[in-house]
Amino acid sequence: MRLFLVIFVLCAVAQYFLPWWIVTPLAFAAAFGLPTSGGRAFMAGFNGVGMGWFMLAVWFNVKNEGLLASRVAQLLPLGGSSWAVVILAAVLSGLVGGLAALAGSWTRQALAPPPVAPAR
Amino acid sequence: MKWIKALLATALSLALTWVLNTKQGDIPPFGKFLSPFQGFWRNAEPANGFPVAQTLTLPGLQQPVQVRFDDKHVPHIFAQNDHDLYFAQGYLTAQDRLWQMDFVTHVAAGRLSEIVGPARLETDRFFRRMGLKFGAEKSTAAMLADPTTRTVLTSYSDGINAYIQSLSPRDYPFEYKLLDYAPEPWEPIKSSLLLKYMAFDLSGRSDDLRLSNALGKYGPAVVQDLFPDYPQREDPIVPVGTPLDFKPLPAPPTPPSFTAAMSNKVAQNEPDPELGSNNFAVDGKKSASGFPILANDPHLQLNLPSIWYQVQLSAPGVNVYGVTIPGAPTVIIGFNDQVAWGVTNVAADVLDFYQLKFKDASQREYWHDGHWKPVRRVVEHIVVRGQPDRYDTVLYTHHGPIVYDKDEKPFMTQTPTRHAMRWTAHDADNEVLAFYKLNRARNYQDYTAALSTYGSPAQNFIFASSQNDIAIWPNGRFPLKWRNQGKFILDGTDPAYDWQGWIPQQQNPHVKNPARGFVSSANQFSAGPDYPYYLNWQYGSYERGHRINERLARMTRVTPDSLRLLQTDNLNLNAQLMLPRMLSLVQGQPLPAAQQKVYDELSRWNYFYEADAIGPSIFELWYSNLVKRLWDDDFGLQATGLEMRAPSRDRTNTLLLQEPTSRWIDDRRTPAKETLETLARLSLQFATDSLTRKFGALGPEWRWAHQKSTDILHLAQLPGFGRLDLNVGGGAGIVNATSERNGPSWRMVVALGPQVKAYGVYPGGQSGNPGSAYYENLIDTWSAGQLTELVFLRSPDEKHPRVQAAWTLQQK
Repeated sequence: MRLFLVIFVLCAVAQYFLPWWIVTPLAFAAAFGLPTSGGRAFMAGFNGVGMGWFMLAVWFNVKNEGLLASRVAQLLPLGGSSWAVVILAAVLSGLVGGLAALAGSWTRQALAPPPVAPAR
Repeated sequence: MKWIKALLATALSLALTWVLNTKQGDIPPFGKFLSPFQGFWRNAEPANGFPVAQTLTLPGLQQPVQVRFDDKHVPHIFAQNDHDLYFAQGYLTAQDRLWQMDFVTHVAAGRLSEIVGPARLETDRFFRRMGLKFGAEKSTAAMLADPTTRTVLTSYSDGINAYIQSLSPRDYPFEYKLLDYAPEPWEPIKSSLLLKYMAFDLSGRSDDLRLSNALGKYGPAVVQDLFPDYPQREDPIVPVGTPLDFKPLPAPPTPPSFTAAMSNKVAQNEPDPELGSNNFAVDGKKSASGFPILANDPHLQLNLPSIWYQVQLSAPGVNVYGVTIPGAPTVIIGFNDQVAWGVTNVAADVLDFYQLKFKDASQREYWHDGHWKPVRRVVEHIVVRGQPDRYDTVLYTHHGPIVYDKDEKPFMTQTPTRHAMRWTAHDADNEVLAFYKLNRARNYQDYTAALSTYGSPAQNFIFASSQNDIAIWPNGRFPLKWRNQGKFILDGTDPAYDWQGWIPQQQNPHVKNPARGFVSSANQFSAGPDYPYYLNWQYGSYERGHRINERLARMTRVTPDSLRLLQTDNLNLNAQLMLPRMLSLVQGQPLPAAQQKVYDELSRWNYFYEADAIGPSIFELWYSNLVKRLWDDDFGLQATGLEMRAPSRDRTNTLLLQEPTSRWIDDRRTPAKETLETLARLSLQFATDSLTRKFGALGPEWRWAHQKSTDILHLAQLPGFGRLDLNVGGGAGIVNATSERNGPSWRMVVALGPQVKAYGVYPGGQSGNPGSAYYENLIDTWSAGQLTELVFLRSPDEKHPRVQAAWTLQQK
């Protein structure tokens, strides 16, 4: 939960000022600094980055009444559903965040075994 | 093992990040594009997010500028000097249309490959070889040499650049994010390129080669018969009998007859028959108000963002409303409180090809006027996204560029190879000054003074004033030609074939306050055979113009609504003329049941191309297939091995109506002897079968709007970003010239008087942003044939129920 919150807040703030790919080093570093199992790191990264994208995309989509995203959904093509584009954005960013956090977690584990067994 | 896992995960994570940040072919960089922090979501404008009041501080302004926006999102700009006026026009146009104007200049300059990669390399080569930039450079120099237009063009550019500089990548228009590139600074030459692109659209094609081939195959007598210099049915813009108010210059002598050598490299792209336009004006004697009323609807390709952008421009000495081409300053079609004006294309022959004789295969010298003259070589540097740059050498003679100098497949096959091109769009003229003066015109004298600097593309400038003058001038730069000069390919070795001067601008065709009480144009002949100069042998066909004149002649007590209804008139004179003849051709023998039903349906039809009518779907297929059967064996590429054009609609109709024994009727590919009756039956069968295959048995599914399917596509043809299958009538050769992809790109009606009132609409919206509610909000009004009253403010503070937003632009 802590790792998720750190990634969520850090990435949201950073992306406001920096290119989107800043989530990769940030999720990596957070998972490296806050030891946890690989699976939990991935979930924290997936949700931490994906949730930020999901919430903001929902906000824009609602305010715009789905106008632009439904056009994009015809272009991609996703059947014209603006919500499909919201989900796609959330899942893609989640994968980036999750993979980066997993990499960070495993890199730490390679350097030194976790000091304590992961909490159940 | 742990290290391997860690490295693998890290590598995978970095690879995914890289992939999502990089454009892969046509696939956008999904990470950048889909990010709600900086990607396309940022262009999703909130439904009610437009600021009603704000102050923008812009570097470069001299004094504060007031801007009001009406409910259609049209900016009404009130500036205190010309510099600020055009600065604000540039800034606000860019705010709505930056991607569009930038994209079109990339097309015109032959720089599309920079954006989209090697797929558009041939397009780029073509526009460079056509010399659009060559012409734009000359015109830009002329316009910057004039102090007035220098101010207009440079401050307009500065305004656009002020907007571009205010953007960070997250603010870029949608298409930049999709195509993954960035806006570049604007320069005056880009405005000029836009006008040259318009010139290409309207005058950049030529039949010279295909007619030369017909001349070579069939000889002068046949060509004279099938491609006559003046049609049988015509209703010219300047009425026959209009007295000349000038003494004409002698035309240059016609050189001894010349037959162009045939070439196997030719054109297939005919100018689109619906790239035409209508304009008309009635005088005060014919109107209910006692003041003139003027209407205009330019027909162009229907795209989103719209070709036009509405604006009101006010500063000391000017208060004008109308439409502009995004990227070009001033109002192009519009009105002020004294005058209104509009344009349609002239279709004069202003592009000719010259056959060259080179000294040797190196093509460095060509023979002209008894000398070997040097060929100028210009190296074009083309940047290609994702590939090394390309270099392309274009050869220039004193005529102009040699569009293709070796055997290759031309981008537009109408272009003959190893021929030099002469085209008015390559000449330096000051079109912006003409529009600058028209925007400020108060009377007929101002209007004619404005026309004097206009060059290309030649337009029929229609005019009306509150002093009760109406007028029309087919106007532009017209070469002084001997009769039929440029109907065929010209001899490039003999100076007698060169363009030897210009028709003096004051002697362009014109008519002011004609006795019939109206003026009009629909791309037909500029004047009758009594006009002393040769302009062209062929124009737009007469049907639209004649229908307009017929209705205007009958009208009395005209109101703006009368002219609106005329703009949406759906009667097809071609069907009216030809259907009775075609029906009589298939009478006599019994028809199969399906064709008999079709026959009965057509017998009841009134020749109107309404959206719900079934007649037009059948007649269009029947007639076009009949014409194809008539000419394909004599002029088709497959049958003759030569690129030739078929005779015009007027000539074809005369044959179908009056020449049942003509040698052209028989299909020479078959042993049997065909008659008109045979061809008519076969083509009726074709029409019936193809509609049945498409829509089932004859019924409401056959409706015209369904068969025609008018589409408005996004400029880059992005699926989902246009509007398809509009429920509209009209079509080619009809006053309401709404065909599959072309149509009235702006409909305007202006009623002059003590208080000018104007109405207009275009099929799109003010915003170029597909994420804006103003992207296509005017389409439904347009489809319904309705107009919206245009808000014309007298002062920046005027109270108006449709104007809420008030912005201030101020200097830094």
